[in-house]
Amino acid sequence: MLGPVERGFYRLAGIDPEAEMGWRRYALHMLAFQLATLLFTYAILRLQGVLPMNPRGLAGLGADGAMNTAISFTTNTNWQWYSGEAAISNLSQMLGLTIHNFLSGATGIAIAFALFRGFARRQASGIGNFWADMTRVTLYLLLPICVVYALYLIASGVPQTFVSSIDATTLEGAKQTLVMGPIASQEAIKMLGTNGGGFVNANSAHPFENPGALTNFVQMLSIFLIGVGLTNTFGRAVGKQRQGWAILSAMLVLFVAGTAVIYWQEAAGTPVLHNLGVAGGNMEGKEVRFGIAASSLFAAVTTAASCGAVNAMHDSFTALGGMIPLFNMQLGEVVIGGVGAGIYGFLLFAILAVFVAGLMVGRTPEYVGKKIESREVKFAVLAIAVLPLCILGFTALASVLPQGLAGPLNKGPHRFSEILYAFTSATANNGSAFGGITSGTPFYNGLLGAAMWLGRFFVIVPTLAIAGSLAAKKYTPESAGSFPTTGLLWSGC
Amino acid sequence: MTTNSIFSAELILPATGDAFKKLDPRQLVRNPILFTTAVVALLLTVLLAIGGESLSTPFQAQLIVWLWLTVLFGTFAEALAEGRGRAQAASLRATKSELQAKRLIGVGDAYEMLGAARLARGDVVLVETGDLIPGDGAVIEGVASVNEATITGESAPVIREAGGDRSAVTAGTRVISDRIKVRVTQEPGQGFLDRMIALVEGAERQKTPNEIALTILLVGLTVIFLIAVATIPGFASYAGGAVPVAILAALLITLIPTTIAALLSAIGIAGMDRLVRFNVLAKSGRAVEAAGDIDVLLLDKTGTITIGDRQAGAFHRLTGVGADTLATAVLLASLADETPEGRSIVALAQGKYAIRTSVLPADAEVIPFTAQTRISGVRTLGSLIQKGAVDAVLRAHRGVGQTPAAAELRRITDEIARAGQTPLAVARDGRLLGVIALKDVIKAGVRERFAELRRLGIRTVMITGDNPLTAAAIAAEAGVDDFLAEATPEDKLALIRKEQQGGRLVAMCGDGTNDAPALAQSDVGVAMNTGTQAAREAGNMVDLDSDPTKLIEIVGLGKQLLMTRGALTTFSVANDVAKYFAIIPAMFVALYPGLGVLNVMQLASPESAILSAIIFNALIIPCLVPLALRGVTYKPMGAGPLLARNLAIYGLGGLVAPFLGIKLIDLAVTGLHLA
Repeated sequence: MLGPVERGFYRLAGIDPEAEMGWRRYALHMLAFQLATLLFTYAILRLQGVLPMNPRGLAGLGADGAMNTAISFTTNTNWQWYSGEAAISNLSQMLGLTIHNFLSGATGIAIAFALFRGFARRQASGIGNFWADMTRVTLYLLLPICVVYALYLIASGVPQTFVSSIDATTLEGAKQTLVMGPIASQEAIKMLGTNGGGFVNANSAHPFENPGALTNFVQMLSIFLIGVGLTNTFGRAVGKQRQGWAILSAMLVLFVAGTAVIYWQEAAGTPVLHNLGVAGGNMEGKEVRFGIAASSLFAAVTTAASCGAVNAMHDSFTALGGMIPLFNMQLGEVVIGGVGAGIYGFLLFAILAVFVAGLMVGRTPEYVGKKIESREVKFAVLAIAVLPLCILGFTALASVLPQGLAGPLNKGPHRFSEILYAFTSATANNGSAFGGITSGTPFYNGLLGAAMWLGRFFVIVPTLAIAGSLAAKKYTPESAGSFPTTGLLWSGC
Repeated sequence: MTTNSIFSAELILPATGDAFKKLDPRQLVRNPILFTTAVVALLLTVLLAIGGESLSTPFQAQLIVWLWLTVLFGTFAEALAEGRGRAQAASLRATKSELQAKRLIGVGDAYEMLGAARLARGDVVLVETGDLIPGDGAVIEGVASVNEATITGESAPVIREAGGDRSAVTAGTRVISDRIKVRVTQEPGQGFLDRMIALVEGAERQKTPNEIALTILLVGLTVIFLIAVATIPGFASYAGGAVPVAILAALLITLIPTTIAALLSAIGIAGMDRLVRFNVLAKSGRAVEAAGDIDVLLLDKTGTITIGDRQAGAFHRLTGVGADTLATAVLLASLADETPEGRSIVALAQGKYAIRTSVLPADAEVIPFTAQTRISGVRTLGSLIQKGAVDAVLRAHRGVGQTPAAAELRRITDEIARAGQTPLAVARDGRLLGVIALKDVIKAGVRERFAELRRLGIRTVMITGDNPLTAAAIAAEAGVDDFLAEATPEDKLALIRKEQQGGRLVAMCGDGTNDAPALAQSDVGVAMNTGTQAAREAGNMVDLDSDPTKLIEIVGLGKQLLMTRGALTTFSVANDVAKYFAIIPAMFVALYPGLGVLNVMQLASPESAILSAIIFNALIIPCLVPLALRGVTYKPMGAGPLLARNLAIYGLGGLVAPFLGIKLIDLAVTGLHLA
């Protein structure tokens, strides 16, 4: 049904979808595309004051703020230094930001496909066609699900309107302005594409974004939907579905453990409050409609999956309860992870794990039929080294410079956690905020922007290099002497 | 030499000296992690000298000493591994320097004396009784018995003769009888002896592909830890404190994979050395690694699976032929046959069939076996007795193939072949008499070996010139996975190509010139030392004992090398966990007292904790040297159980050992009031 649309696109853009690209070409086209769409969004954000569909009459963003936001949405991070309702016009939301929700998600999936092809192909020089991948993912995967999903959200009470706000009189008789807009359409892709950038500042804690228990549940499911599905796609691509199941099990072991710790900590509450005579769990910063269990689960899901949508303030979690979201992200978002990014990130770790452990069975290590040699190890190390470089390096910088210390509102170790969380979230392209940090300064906009860009593309380019190197290799058939990458030992470790 | 001589004084003393020589930065930089450690040690030494640190001098001095020791233990490990081959290299070099050549000039046996080093490829030299052969080459004239003990350690002489598969001679071996003319086939300085010297010395050692990949990973880890440690001053300053450089250095050195980095080259050298001790010369480390990856083993039936010689099992006569008639004919045809097969036929005829004849009649004219006719026999007392391959005998006499006797013969030979035996037809004056059944004797224990290989995921293919029926029967009896019957060198090559196309790595051994293409094509080609020069050039390993069964052990040695590397890497990386628990609380407990709970080992003081971690980090290297040199225990089992076993020993062991070790060292450090 969508076939003619797809072919129409190719004809319009003059693309031959069958033309195979080597990894360098694929990476180059991908980067050029990212840069072009980044500049497009930057321009819209800067100029939104003079552009139409700006009923609240908002001014254009400053240079650093616009760049940070453009990078943030291009990299599937959706870190938001601003309050959506107070700073971003409807046009900016729909055209400038929502397109990235689709395109950045599609990019992640395209990269994952390229890597899958690397594993699946034998002695091939190409890893697919970037434009064909982008078009097909958007057209056949993201758009259809989003249409249905948005309709469901509208039916559940999420606004989808060009009315910018309505005034309500509260029970106390005060006048309250409720910001509205085309929320449902953005909400759908925000979850499905693990983007996480909310229409309003309160994100999924806001009743307009997340009206009730059922939408809360569906939102969590939709965050995991594609990431989980891709593990199976991988298994099918390499001809052994068991490999996909093995990856999913490994991810779930980490996910369940993390979620259990958060819930245990949040339900236990804090000793400080207990001493004051307040019994029960930690409800600070949680939406009463969701409570501790649904908030803990949501926090685990959103940080595991690189989504970054939140339905509670992670800043107000207990110490260890807040540590798990940090830990999830510092792993590089490989527990389910962002769409595409989760699986390719996981495969990078798998390559290194197979390399060390694989030697122990006395063979040159191999994974799903491809030998892991110096080239793969080199690029995997390169990609993974970006995490500590950006997270630790930038955090150290921000925690000594006065501009860095000026951001967070708290003091002491908690302030340190806020800074660490911000750079972790940016580097891992999560986008959730611990909160409690005023990040809209040129210092934070710049540094976080750099972290997001490096955290995204300094992982993607080496990943494509690995895909290219793997695709060129012969297939090594599995035997009783091959390192087993299914089964308990592999998934559990 | 035996393995328990690893720590003999004559090896340790020179190795200690070499360990210091290896501190030369130009050498040390080949090992980036040890180099980093040395740089850090130097930095701290300078800091101590200029007094730039807030720590006590004795504490700093101790840290510095242990850091330098870490580097020295690493260079010592490498020196020790190299030292083991050095004695052997020295004696080889002595042999080489005394080589003199008698180069033939013009016609006849006129020659000039010159140093072997000046021989060029293509020169022809004369080697007489008592002479050492001056260069690698092929015998072009004469037969001689040669003592190859210099190379093989085996003093029993071997026969070398012009033509055929036993023509290759090696420089440094001694002709002990007769004289031969040898055409030199080596380039000066690139002979077998040179290669062997370089190999046992480890001088020419190139890093193997897998070693390079591992080094990249280790360097990557080092960079990551460098970044992490470099950010700590920022975090400390945020908390209103400062961490002395020496403490940061201690953390860095304990976290970077010094243990495996220190042992990595020793593991590689020792792996090659094990092969040398096993009397196998690998031309490159790459070949040894490839041996661990082998998926398919091509094994020659004769000599590997069966003992070389077939034995006569029974005589089958055709209808109308008397038992004595057949046995007598067989005996006469075989009396001149000096091969073990021929002798076994004679023994059977004289024993079971009680034929008394033991010498040929005076008029007997022996017709020798040739590869073309595939028939041998004797012409005596007016008749011609022939024995040979069934089809050859049938073809030798026009019309015989269509007789009822021929049909009966074929039926019998098929039965014999199905039983895994080889039939030889016997005829007198063109009349078919019967069949001799030769049976292969399968070596004891090969069945178990093949089952073992199967568990490792390695497929065995038997290569034989036998017909498919015989081959199938023997293959089934020996327990190989597959066989290639009536194999020609071309078939062998095609089979290797086909397996490689499917992504499998193939190993084989061979000796003849016609094996050379297959040896060159295979991933691991083991040439027999008794073979031709062409075969020895084509293979990437040479077995000095010329024992084809060793292929199986070579695979094991390759696997053991890779496993040792993987196991020690895992151990080294797993060690880090305990070091975090030792150093992080020590570093930050003053700034965040709450971190004291991480001091699970209850180490006495921050200083003692840091010192203990760094001491453990240094001492673990010499503790693991024997393991690195001997290799981890290799047991043939499937990858799953093998991984579980090694993870339990080296992963879990690597996790637990430093907790115990650091705690014990901390007790000692505190007890001795060192910190």
